[in-house]
Amino acid sequence: MSSATLSRSQANVVRLVWMLVTIVLAVMAIFPLLYMLSIAFKGPTEVFKSNLIPSKPVLDNFIYVLTEVPFWRYLINTFIISAVVTVVALFFHTMAGYALARLKFPGREAVFLAMFSTFLVSLPVIIVPLFILVRSMGMLNSYAGLIVPAIFNAFGIFLLRQYYLSLPKELEEAAVIDGAGYWRIYTSVILPLSRPIIAALAILFFLANWNSFLWPLTVASDQNLWVVQVAIANFKSQYAASWNYTMAASTIVAVPMLVLFVIFQKQIMDSIKTSGLK
Amino acid sequence: MTEITTTAAGDKPAAIRLTTRQREAIAGVLFVAPDAIGLMLFIGLPMLLALGISVFEVDGFGGFKFVGLANYLKMWGDPLFWSSLRVTGQFTLMLVPLLYVSGLGLALLVQRTSKFNTVMRSMFFAPQMVSLVVVALVWQLMVVDKLGVLTRFAASIGLGGISFLGDPNLALFTVTLAAVWFLMGFYMLIFLGGLQDIPKEYYEAARIDGASATQSFWFITLPLLRPTSFFVLLVSAVAAITGAQAFDLIYVMTKGGPANSTALLISYIYQQAFQYSAFGYAAALATLLVVLLMVVTVFFFFLTRGGRFDYE
Repeated sequence: MSSATLSRSQANVVRLVWMLVTIVLAVMAIFPLLYMLSIAFKGPTEVFKSNLIPSKPVLDNFIYVLTEVPFWRYLINTFIISAVVTVVALFFHTMAGYALARLKFPGREAVFLAMFSTFLVSLPVIIVPLFILVRSMGMLNSYAGLIVPAIFNAFGIFLLRQYYLSLPKELEEAAVIDGAGYWRIYTSVILPLSRPIIAALAILFFLANWNSFLWPLTVASDQNLWVVQVAIANFKSQYAASWNYTMAASTIVAVPMLVLFVIFQKQIMDSIKTSGLK
Repeated sequence: MTEITTTAAGDKPAAIRLTTRQREAIAGVLFVAPDAIGLMLFIGLPMLLALGISVFEVDGFGGFKFVGLANYLKMWGDPLFWSSLRVTGQFTLMLVPLLYVSGLGLALLVQRTSKFNTVMRSMFFAPQMVSLVVVALVWQLMVVDKLGVLTRFAASIGLGGISFLGDPNLALFTVTLAAVWFLMGFYMLIFLGGLQDIPKEYYEAARIDGASATQSFWFITLPLLRPTSFFVLLVSAVAAITGAQAFDLIYVMTKGGPANSTALLISYIYQQAFQYSAFGYAAALATLLVVLLMVVTVFFFFLTRGGRFDYE
């Protein structure tokens, strides 16, 4: 049946059903998150009762996690690591992206291709040799070990290069005529122009590092250097049956990122949409 | 920074005279250097190292002993290796189609620009904001035997007494579902990006010619989505084979069990390296993984006749 032959009321019914299906699926999609919140506010006896809204919401689980476990320390560790990686990565990636898009130098295409070829190499594939390398550099159980290897990834460079390719050249040319050096052009023309994409990438990088687990788990066994993800993964094995504590800890870790998402959803989703191809 | 001195020196005619071109080249190299060196050191070098380490026996204290191809030969007679390879294959064959269908399905569902759809997109994408550790924990709780909310739901539709993570025939499927739930929003966005690029006139023309919605999908949407499909299939297949996301899920949810039924190749590599300190063997397995990865990439490029991203 072609949509052209549908009457107005039929079309409305179709649209309504379509919307209903979408809503049902969307609620299913966020159900596990609601479930996490629900359990985090439930008392220990209520965990497996089927009510989604706790009959007597309690904050005990949160208080327990934040006082009985050095959770603040893990939160601060994670924040510092994520922030430093984000800032340094953006600094390096904007420089590289600018050079690859705008400056002519010998071997530029080769460098770009080599960088691009690391795009599909994910951490698990190189975790064993990377660990041995970082160990031989004496960076095990150190902030340096947690931070430095996390800085470099081709994704950000790639997006920034594409962004700079799309910028009008005139602005830089004006700066060149004014006698500005390349560093000046980078700091006073390129960086201000890239504010929107830097904002979007900053959120994505911070998020990725806040949520990263495998590398911190591997490189830092010292409990003082733990990040939140490692902490909650261990938390579960320590308090296997206390799901209310585990979910409270998970909520503390997840909520900042969900808030970030609610505020910046447009930027986050737009930057991923364009990262596909083009 | 060195960049400042270079450009500053260039500004002063008194310093070494460089042509504009040379100055540009020097600036370019210096600008790209931090990232180029970093990527080489922390991604390029480890890939080469894997190959190097794989011909040694490495003990927990960093002592190396050359053993030639012994680590590779060891794989042949190692049933756990074969089992992990099979599990990786099963996981890939489940994950890739499920992600393709769910990503494209959701994208088609919320394709039209409207306030309503914007909210729905955000809801589908929200799971991506949560770490895989949290995803693993929440799913583990939802499928707890007898008491979990999904277990009880399954019981209510006549699937009583099943153990989502305890049954070796089911555990990998449960992990796959969690992975799909986490990833579908990402692929939805990639597909939305692809759908946006299809000119609306094509659909108009098809409608005027009397084509149904289904026909429009098969003869316009799917063919014109080819570059996006290629990207999605390649990226999801590579992610599945290397365990990019699955590793965290499995590490927290099942630790590879029960009966090794969820032990991916990457889980096995990690176990060999960090539980048994068999770094040499782990490096050999990792090298094999890289080879697998390259085979898949080449296969995809062959399949799409040179990875053609453009429309025909």
